[in-house]
Amino acid sequence: MDAKIKAYLMQAAYPVETNYSPVQNQIQFPFGYGLHLENYSASSGHYPQVPHEAVPSQLNNQYVADYHSACYSIPVQSVMTPSVGPSMLNTQQSQQLYSGAPHPVESAGGPTQGAISSASHLHTSVPQSYSALSSHYSSLTSSSVASQGFPLSSGHYAMPTVSSAVYPNLSYPSMSIGSPYGQVFTSQSLPAVGQFEETNAFPGQSSTVPRTLPHQVPLGYNSTSWSTSDFQSAQDNFSRNHTGSQAKASSQINTGIVLCMQYGGYVNNQASSAPAPLSSSSDDEEEDEEDEEAETNSATSSPAPTPQTSRAPKPFGYGYPTLQPGYQNTTPSTSAMQPSNPGHHSGFQQYPQQYPGVNQLSSTLGGLSLQHSQQPESLRPVNLTQDRNILPVSPVLAPVPNLNSDLRKLNCSPDSFRCTLTNIPQTQALLNKAKLPLGLLLHPFRDLTQLPVITSSTIVRCRSCRTYINPFVAFIDQRRWKCNLCYRVNDVPEEFMYNPLTRSYGEPHKRPEVQNSTVEFIASSDYMLRPPQPAVYLFVLDVSYNAVEAGYLTIVCQSLLENLDKLPGDSRTRIGFITFDSTVQFYNLQEGLSQPQMLIVSDIDDVFLPTPDSLLVNLHESKELIKDLLNALPNMFTNTRETHSALGPALQAAFKLMSPTGGRISVFQSQLPSLGAGLLHSREDPNQRSSTKVVQHLGPATDFYKKLALDCSGQQTAVDLFLLSSQYSDLASLACMSKYSAGCIYYYPSFHHSHNPAQSEKLQKDLKRYLTRKIGFEAVMRIRCTKGLSIHTFHGNLFVRSTDLLSLANVNPDAGFAVQMSIEESLTDTSLVCFQTALLYTSSKGERRIRVHTLCLPVVTSLADVYAGADVQAAVCLLANMAVDRSVSSSLSDARDALVNAVVDSLSAYISTASNLQQSTLIAPNSLKLFPLYILALLKQKAFRTGTSTRLDDRIYAMCQIKSQPLVHLMKMIHPNLYRIDRLTNEGTIHVNDRVVPQPPLQKLSAEKLTREGAFLMDCGSIFYIWIGKSCDNSFIKDVLGYPNYASVPQKLTQLPELDTVSSERARSFISWLRDSRPLSPVLQVIKDESPAKTDFFQHLVEDRTEAAFSYYEFLLHIQQQICK
Amino acid sequence: RARARPRSGPASPALLLPRWPRGAALAAMAFTFAAFCYMLALLLTAALIFFAIWHIIAFDELKTDYKNPIDQCNTLNPTVEKVKKIKRVKIALKLVLPEYLIHAFFCVMFLCAAEWLTLGLNMPLLAYHIWRYMSRPVMSGPGLYDPTTIMNADILAYCQKEGWCKLAFYLLSFFYYLYGMIYVLVSS
Repeated sequence: MDAKIKAYLMQAAYPVETNYSPVQNQIQFPFGYGLHLENYSASSGHYPQVPHEAVPSQLNNQYVADYHSACYSIPVQSVMTPSVGPSMLNTQQSQQLYSGAPHPVESAGGPTQGAISSASHLHTSVPQSYSALSSHYSSLTSSSVASQGFPLSSGHYAMPTVSSAVYPNLSYPSMSIGSPYGQVFTSQSLPAVGQFEETNAFPGQSSTVPRTLPHQVPLGYNSTSWSTSDFQSAQDNFSRNHTGSQAKASSQINTGIVLCMQYGGYVNNQASSAPAPLSSSSDDEEEDEEDEEAETNSATSSPAPTPQTSRAPKPFGYGYPTLQPGYQNTTPSTSAMQPSNPGHHSGFQQYPQQYPGVNQLSSTLGGLSLQHSQQPESLRPVNLTQDRNILPVSPVLAPVPNLNSDLRKLNCSPDSFRCTLTNIPQTQALLNKAKLPLGLLLHPFRDLTQLPVITSSTIVRCRSCRTYINPFVAFIDQRRWKCNLCYRVNDVPEEFMYNPLTRSYGEPHKRPEVQNSTVEFIASSDYMLRPPQPAVYLFVLDVSYNAVEAGYLTIVCQSLLENLDKLPGDSRTRIGFITFDSTVQFYNLQEGLSQPQMLIVSDIDDVFLPTPDSLLVNLHESKELIKDLLNALPNMFTNTRETHSALGPALQAAFKLMSPTGGRISVFQSQLPSLGAGLLHSREDPNQRSSTKVVQHLGPATDFYKKLALDCSGQQTAVDLFLLSSQYSDLASLACMSKYSAGCIYYYPSFHHSHNPAQSEKLQKDLKRYLTRKIGFEAVMRIRCTKGLSIHTFHGNLFVRSTDLLSLANVNPDAGFAVQMSIEESLTDTSLVCFQTALLYTSSKGERRIRVHTLCLPVVTSLADVYAGADVQAAVCLLANMAVDRSVSSSLSDARDALVNAVVDSLSAYISTASNLQQSTLIAPNSLKLFPLYILALLKQKAFRTGTSTRLDDRIYAMCQIKSQPLVHLMKMIHPNLYRIDRLTNEGTIHVNDRVVPQPPLQKLSAEKLTREGAFLMDCGSIFYIWIGKSCDNSFIKDVLGYPNYASVPQKLTQLPELDTVSSERARSFISWLRDSRPLSPVLQVIKDESPAKTDFFQHLVEDRTEAAFSYYEFLLHIQQQICK
Repeated sequence: RARARPRSGPASPALLLPRWPRGAALAAMAFTFAAFCYMLALLLTAALIFFAIWHIIAFDELKTDYKNPIDQCNTLNPTVEKVKKIKRVKIALKLVLPEYLIHAFFCVMFLCAAEWLTLGLNMPLLAYHIWRYMSRPVMSGPGLYDPTTIMNADILAYCQKEGWCKLAFYLLSFFYYLYGMIYVLVSS
């Protein structure tokens, strides 16, 4: 089983970024799926033969015939096992009938749950079953299992079919199993209360199947497969009886998979008021637990508890009015088979041992139940005041949602999509009790190494809520699927029936859309309001005295020249330049001119475009002119004396230039705009920089830039701001131009090309990334969530166009978003919630594309479960976003208080729930043990710190970053990683691309960890500090830094030399490994212990006490005090 | 004698009645102006009720419907610049500031008419309006709503609640003005 699961995994992880060109029927399939072809290819047209096709390799003819008959009609089956087979069918069917029938009556009751869970298992088991060789059988088995709602049994049944010889014998046991079971159900159909108990009985009985074959152990598989085929036929018939359309579908279509869908659908139909489309995790939990019990039972060879067996011999067909006469006839025969049951028990013991996969599966499932099983690790109480080393040695990973393993596999990567609570509380009241923020952290346009791209003329979406089809939908039958967000039942379009990956027909659930939670669609013209725009880039450059003096122009022009060919775009790409000081200069780059033509507009009160056509030119046609301009530009203004900066008019001109097409405006500004519209005045009082009381001017001084941004956003234009200034430039106002137009902001304080090489190196690197990274134009992003949840607030550089729709003029791979959620209606009738983000954008190649991420999370009802699922990093990032809003709208001290209160409230809420804990100690669940530390780090972050001198622009920039950075980067900003690098060893190394990367443990951010003998690397996301202690080992300095001793290391060192020593290699490979993990290549700064730059390093040691802020321990005491209050 | 009748009449509303000036001559003079004030207030309050209803509808639309908040804010703010699609929106283009001005206007009228109780009842709303306008987001033109923050669920909910509260207040005050007007007319 293990091996098979792996096989499945391999298949699932089929090749990526497969933008298949239309091969067959416009659809393409990646390589990995070819494996299936042998089995599936035949199935496309000729259903009844499918089993045949698949079978011969493994089974003999007889079996095939039987199987076939079993699948398709009862009479045929009865030929095979005349008396028994039908009865089995019957009972099976009756069972199904039963499980379905009561639902309408008592929709919220136990039965529904059982049914739902069965549906869930159906889904869970299906993928698993793929692992089996000839997927048909396996899927059959899984479907049958699913129908009974037993993961355990599913495990058992999912065994692949192998041999054929013993086959007929085996059929009996399987039938016998079926029959008693069905009776159990029927007999209970009327009371319809403790169905769980009854279902509980089932595993015991079902386990009898393999037990029949103690002497034919390998054949046991066979039997199971067989039985499932029976099940299937039962379902087949059943569906015919009940829903004509379904029956039709099943009879026409490749039955195996159909059935599992049918069943799920069936359940869903019946349990209309309990609309859990996939699985109800709470139900799962219970069941899983039971399964676990059953598992242990079986392991200890005490199979089939007596109560269960006693239940079996109830009258057959009892209470089942819907049974068809034919079925009823056959029931007696099943009763005859019953005695054989006990005999099967004997072999049961072998069962789990033989199939470790089963054990594994159920144990993972069993691990789901939180309350009854042992306490999960995430809830283990941690005494914060006593536990000094709470920081794990390796970077903190996102908690895994408490789902069953199959959903887990399908779920969206936490790098793109994370929720602060991986267990969603059922009601807002519960959420309020937990005192934790509920929200999502998105990184939707992240650079992915694997991304299935789907070209299809119809993109399947829910008709009412427009959700894209995703792995968490339920297929009711082959023709219909149920939306997992609004529960509407939709039709599967004809085209979707064809699976391009397997080139087979009738397997909609195997399409890549349903196998991947992150997919990209190539959209049709329905998704366009206008033809896709070309990539248009406009550079607006400050050429006033300040700017020329700082010397950024050289770097920008150089980077542009280098990357001109790498700018994302196609043959239509256009580019333009505007420079400004007290006037605005345009550059005519029309093809055919001998050299670029500068056009100066000095009327900045009413700026106009001198020649509307030739200012934005085709990059390829005018490439020579552009290169000329870029070469000339740095020297054109060297003698300028103009100190004024008319940024506002230049932006207005840029907007006018861009509005017909949309695109990207990159603004390089070096000082406070001082002329024309949007002029700003210095608002910063340097004496207030370290004030502990009020920090003013966090909001914009004028709404000019905001309005401009909104206008730009309306014209699909984003404004990116590069602020390179040495003095105050009112970033709070300027940032608005990027914030609301979905641009990005870069800030280089005290930038100077020669005096500050670190910053110019950073600008160079940032520009390289900025110019060459992917870009999406005219994008909109919609976030949908399961009914009952609603979006509260968005964070990020964006404009909110309606409650769930974001308009992003540009989207770039480094942009992160945060969303606050609230629970409007309680989620009582569902056990899973899903979130889906759909990002519709125009690629730089002029393709309209939709990137869809879907996240699925369980719903929980108890407070403990909510805490167990808390994702502390996501929560901290969301809180940071909220705190930025708060500090702008209210005040910084309010925001700081709110942050502290967030910790105090959540921990006190936790302590009050855990009544057995001592009230006097500060206890946190393991999942939240880092919460106080992160909040303290946040309070000491530039954005929120008080008491330490912080320039207003630095503060604002930190706030902008908090709002727009994706979680991974933000966490490093908040809480940097500290490593000791002077003694890198090979212990625990990992191998990346033939490089050995050492993995030093994370150190606490405290000076106590720093020793004078060591060298430490601090990874702050955008910058690496290497701190070298005074008495650092000379060999390290020699081998890694390339200097003979400590004294000779220069003050400003920004690179590690490539030395041919082991330690140098280790250090460099470690640093380059860290670099590779993020898009912006960080700058390295070597800091000696006595250098003035060491404050930069020491300010990040957040656990230490500073003049104005608590140490970590003091902070804990403070929290404790607040809790006790 | 004529004055005594309404006083002895309905017991509870008597508390709400404006305090009556002493001299008969004064009463005769105030009668016309006070009555005029009430009449005017009555008409204007009717208009304000419509405004409030529109306010509620607009925000409800914003919440449920998929309308672009830029348009919405432009319609809610008195900046008349863009062509508006929806008629209802067009009608109430200049909503916020006019509402505040109308309310302030008849507050001044009541002040002149020395209708202290009525004025007192309106003072909280007047103060609220002033506070609300003072604490509006940074904006170059007149207006109250910021398109970038209005979709925030808290703000949206607040605005909706505000709309309902105002509607209730205007409705009550409508009947109060009606009563006051009749009372003034009758008592004179």
